Amino acid sequence: MNLAVNNQSLMLALGLVVIALIIGWKEKLGIDRDMIIGVVRAIVQLFIVGYLLKYVFKVDNVWLTSTLILIIIFNASYNAKQRSNGIPHALPISIGAILASTAVTLGVLMWSGAIKFIPSQMIPISGMIASNSMVAIGLCYRNLNSQFRLERQAVTEKLALGADLKDASRDIVRDSIKTGMQPTIDSAKTMGIVSLPGMMSGLIFAGVDPVHAIKYQIMVVFMLMSATSIGSVLACYLAYRGFYNKRKQLVIPSN
Amino acid sequence: MSLISLKGVSYRSGDEQILNGIDLDIEAQEWVTIAGPSGGGKSTLVRIIASLLSKTAGKLTFDGQPIESYDPIAYRRRVSYSVQQPTLFGQTVRDNLSFPYQIRQLPFDQQRAIDALEYVGLAASDLDKPVIDLSGGQRQRVALLRNVMIYPEVLILDEVTAGLDAENKSFVWQMIRHFNQEDKLTIIAITHDQSEIDDAQRLVMVENGRIVAGGAQ
Repeated sequence: MNLAVNNQSLMLALGLVVIALIIGWKEKLGIDRDMIIGVVRAIVQLFIVGYLLKYVFKVDNVWLTSTLILIIIFNASYNAKQRSNGIPHALPISIGAILASTAVTLGVLMWSGAIKFIPSQMIPISGMIASNSMVAIGLCYRNLNSQFRLERQAVTEKLALGADLKDASRDIVRDSIKTGMQPTIDSAKTMGIVSLPGMMSGLIFAGVDPVHAIKYQIMVVFMLMSATSIGSVLACYLAYRGFYNKRKQLVIPSN
Repeated sequence: MSLISLKGVSYRSGDEQILNGIDLDIEAQEWVTIAGPSGGGKSTLVRIIASLLSKTAGKLTFDGQPIESYDPIAYRRRVSYSVQQPTLFGQTVRDNLSFPYQIRQLPFDQQRAIDALEYVGLAASDLDKPVIDLSGGQRQRVALLRNVMIYPEVLILDEVTAGLDAENKSFVWQMIRHFNQEDKLTIIAITHDQSEIDDAQRLVMVENGRIVAGGAQ
């Protein structure tokens, strides 16, 4: 293990935050308070999670691990819902989409033998999957909202010609799924040539052979592709109906 | 029995009363021209008839049955609506003329599309013309054809000649006359054009959310 972060070095690294605070203060960005809150929250949350994970890893109980995974999924869904701008039933839709994307992806990884049902593997992997699904679904919601507003006349004309809701929304739904998946695709394209991604960096940092670390990263690319595509498809196809009323008329949700 | 019958139809959006107690009967194959000042409620009225908006009070029947008893999609295939400055879908004219077939899961009748294009002064080769290369008048003709590729019973036209030059306006009006007289479609057309108002077979004037003339025959 190459890691040598002790409390003293962490305190010294806090100086980096001071640099950011000075820049914010000098440039009158008005983000000093947000930065301090952000740093304090990050420290407190990570400490709690660190001790919680230490306990969960030690106990190694199936139910406790599953509960923690479900909490991660709920939190991710709640955050995705916050980006829905009034789309009806956004919370249950987000829960369904993130649950399905996490379950399918974890299932395939376990079936292939890439990971085992032990808390030290299941919890971090679930977190990565759920957070990527959350970002993808948030982007889908934002795109659905903006496209239904922008394409209001085209959608109305399609309805006026007798199109069903799926036909009237097809282009918008496709565009939104693409928007949700795009960051994962872009990140896969530039992986290794622009950035050394989180998991791989972590493993290298911890002293693992880079050639071995890339195998894990490749697995992460595969799982994130699957998670964001399942999450985006489900969320878009479940959410677009929220832009219509019972009489199949276009109604834009109010924020 | 009238094909379309409105009794005391009102529409309210928030605090704003847009339509107030509209009574209107429209017979099959009739051509009704709707005119009146902007903001008077004409478009809201035809959108309610097209089932794109729901009235907030009153009764609307189609073919003797309340509008609520119809599946909205099946209804809109019988009562079709076209707007001023329509949006053309996809990339080409074909994408637009095939849309009515696509949504009904029917094979595209290419020969009918070519005949229709030639009837409106376009060529068979224009079927694959990019929509961005069409002039304003051509766009309106293609949009109108899109509404009648599979005949509806009622064609609602919301200022479809607005913004067109005299030649295109006259051509589009000829098309509508053909739909009414030859194809036996019922026409409900909103217009601001004085010559179209002067030529109206039946003129309904809508002002401040009420019918002020022509509601009862």
